[in-house]
Amino acid sequence: MATEEHGAESGGLVFHPMDQFIVKPMFGDGPVAWYTVTNVTLWMALAVVCVLLMFVLATSRRRIVPGRFQSVAELGYGFIYKMVEDIAGKDGVKYFPYIMTLFLFIVFANFLGLLPMAFTTTSHIAVTAVLAMGVFLTVTILGFVLHGASFLKLFWVSAAPLPIRPVLAVIELISYFARPVSHSIRLAGNMMAGHAVIKVFAGFAALAAISPFAILAITAMYGLEILVSFIQAYVFTILTCVYLKDALHPHH
Amino acid sequence: MEGSIVEMGALIGAGLACTGMGGAAIGVGNVVGNYLSGALRNPSAAAGQTATLFIGIAFAEALGIFSFLVALLLMFAV
Repeated sequence: MATEEHGAESGGLVFHPMDQFIVKPMFGDGPVAWYTVTNVTLWMALAVVCVLLMFVLATSRRRIVPGRFQSVAELGYGFIYKMVEDIAGKDGVKYFPYIMTLFLFIVFANFLGLLPMAFTTTSHIAVTAVLAMGVFLTVTILGFVLHGASFLKLFWVSAAPLPIRPVLAVIELISYFARPVSHSIRLAGNMMAGHAVIKVFAGFAALAAISPFAILAITAMYGLEILVSFIQAYVFTILTCVYLKDALHPHH
Repeated sequence: MEGSIVEMGALIGAGLACTGMGGAAIGVGNVVGNYLSGALRNPSAAAGQTATLFIGIAFAEALGIFSFLVALLLMFAV
């Protein structure tokens, strides 16, 4: 994305809307290597800490009548559990911990990114691509381990007439390999676009004539972003369940 | 502002690629509109179909995301 600071430019926007996505080292100004502690590392660690804190607090004092934390934790647990059960089937429940982990990490990373001055880790394709490739590899390997070569029947649509099947097989194959691409870019694109729009309106707020409208627009966009943050985490999780279902039951 | 004609072509192409997002918008609108018209006719069956609704939205949106990807590639990778 934007590689240098744009603050020095005169007139109009005092900052570039893409500046918020710059990866910076936390200590010093050196080059970013794979082991460098950057702001991405910090906010990803914070997301993990928030998940842990919430669930430790929720389960430390368990009661029959749940308190605030416990009811939120129970609600989230039940929500994801029902989703896995409904979409992936009874035998998909075995993989529930993985899906729950994905959902919680993404939802907390998205919500933490909405704090002012925060860094949205899920707006980087590098982060979401790791999550999506993890899902893709897990599901593919699982399919081959469980079904062997008959997993390839996923691409052979037996419901279609015979002459169309080879064409459909090619299309199914392409769509199968496009999955991790769309899976990762959907999350990153939605997060990045929303935050960039908020920053664009924030730039307009500096102009006195239109600042009331700009501030109203920021408020409205912020509300929309809270919704989008949750929905994108939900969509990522639900698609993981769909892919898992394909691996568990590859027969059309 | 100076740049080569290749850069200009890439930026124009990025702008053109964004028209694909309009197609995704039509697709998502279609999915949700049909869901809503079905849900208003039979509200008791609507709750069971929200997961299908979101899967449909995600698949319709995927093609718009590919056009966004093409725009990004043209802007930053060409």
